[in-house]
Amino acid sequence: MVNLKEKAWQIREDVVTLIRKAGGGHIGGDLSETDILVALYYREMNCTPENVNDPLRDRFILSKGHSVEALYCILADKGYFPKQELFDTYSRYLSKFIGHPNNKVPGVEMNSGSLGHGLSLAVGMALAARMDGAPYRVYTVLGDGELAEGSVWEGVMAGANYGLDNLTALVDRNRLQISGGTEEVMKQDSQEERWAAFGWNTLSIPGNDVTAVCNAVELAKAAKGKPTVIIANTTKGCGVSFMENKAGWHHRLPTQEEYAQAMRELEEKRKSAL
Amino acid sequence: MNKVANKQVICSVLMDEAGRDRNIVVLCSDSRGSGSMTGFAEAFPEQFVEVGIAEQSLVSVSAGLARCGKKCFAVSPASFLSTRSMEQVKVDVAYSHTNVTLVGISGGISYGALGMTHHSTNDIATMASIPGLRVYLPSDRFQTECLIRALLRGGEPAYVRVGRNAVEDVYEEGNVPFEMDRATLVRGGDDVTLIAYGEMVRPAKDAAALLAEKGVSARVLDMYCVKPIDREAVLKAASETRGIVTVEEHTAFGGMGSMVSQIVAAEHPARVRSLTLPDSPVVTGTSKEVFDYYGLNAAGIAEAAEGVMPHG
Repeated sequence: MVNLKEKAWQIREDVVTLIRKAGGGHIGGDLSETDILVALYYREMNCTPENVNDPLRDRFILSKGHSVEALYCILADKGYFPKQELFDTYSRYLSKFIGHPNNKVPGVEMNSGSLGHGLSLAVGMALAARMDGAPYRVYTVLGDGELAEGSVWEGVMAGANYGLDNLTALVDRNRLQISGGTEEVMKQDSQEERWAAFGWNTLSIPGNDVTAVCNAVELAKAAKGKPTVIIANTTKGCGVSFMENKAGWHHRLPTQEEYAQAMRELEEKRKSAL
Repeated sequence: MNKVANKQVICSVLMDEAGRDRNIVVLCSDSRGSGSMTGFAEAFPEQFVEVGIAEQSLVSVSAGLARCGKKCFAVSPASFLSTRSMEQVKVDVAYSHTNVTLVGISGGISYGALGMTHHSTNDIATMASIPGLRVYLPSDRFQTECLIRALLRGGEPAYVRVGRNAVEDVYEEGNVPFEMDRATLVRGGDDVTLIAYGEMVRPAKDAAALLAEKGVSARVLDMYCVKPIDREAVLKAASETRGIVTVEEHTAFGGMGSMVSQIVAAEHPARVRSLTLPDSPVVTGTSKEVFDYYGLNAAGIAEAAEGVMPHG
């Protein structure tokens, strides 16, 4: 059994190293969503390199596609492709590892990057499962800033309309976007009430607690007749003291000194999780 | 004359195929009536999805279904499908290469008096500019049927635009030449070439008859495959006839005329005259009245053909 807490810190070390090597990346959102992705990929979802084309595999869409580094590090760690290949070529000339999810990369279901698409894509996948009487489940992770896209709410409507209880949306509620706090840019408060008003089952959890994410996903699986949204309250830049809750770390490259300190902090946390 | 709207033909073909193929799914955005898909929705409720008035979701939901093995036909008025959901078309359909056929119904100026909000006179430009997306505008019921069956076999991301109204046949039952992605030669000729698509093919064919009365031999090409456009047919026209007239239900910017001119200018310079809709909201009227106003009819096409041929 994977130690999920340790795995989450290890993935964060990979993310910071990958971004440092590549010369850029969406580091803040990667570090906020890591526990959600770890819970899904190492505990909840039936997704492995061996079943990548199996029609019955669970499906995942990273709707907040800019935070792709955490996803790529997890897919590499699970063996979808060599980790070395990712680290050597990410964002480089002619690489398939571009800065947003690209379905030429094994394990990536759909291209994403422009915001507000993932939920409706997931609705389509969940409808396909229902049409086929297939048991797979569909997951998508959205950013909280992304919730300002109108197309998200088209998907919210459709998911509820069809009562898709095989669909779970997780919102990485880190309260920051490029221009500053979400509440200053465009208010995103009362998300539970908003989704509930559309007919969704809603949960609100501490999102950087991987156990809490696992428990919430189990509850979502048990809910019948409606889709579930998990509002995962997270910290942008989680795990690196000087990045936490700083909008400036949405897309910033750590200096060599910052990198070294970040790695020290993450390693310490990883070891304490053992 | 058996006049049928092409959108009704699409529904008939899909109903025919859907009985054999459970993976065919039709999606509508409160457009099952306007898209003539009510029959499909009633006959195949398990293979029909209604998303409401939500064109962005229409396209994304289609792409998600397609990624899970479905062959999706997203049916919505061309005007909204080609503009409101353009990013979803670009990312979820073309870039992700999903098996989605976007069916733009009531295209061009079909909606007549409903005005510019409901007209799609820039959809060829927008859709053809998306990398990897195919664009088709079939002319009559026979060609529409051939095209939809070919698209079901091919599985490539595509946009199909058809009009709202019943259209006169271009081809004859039992004699429907069709080759995927090759312009159909409607009529042979050596003096001038008329290239049209969709509802403009029939008046182009009629123009050729008018020209024949004056001793002018006009070739008529049905360029239903606007993308990938049949370059070979265009270049043959440029080299074998004395001029080309393109006719389309679209503005001059980024339409089929632009594409033909680009090919001709680069590879075999020849005179090209493009008949299009204006760079402004069109006048009010039925399709026929609007076409007549702008000279997009047999007489206007014939006149342009005579003008495009060098004198002497």
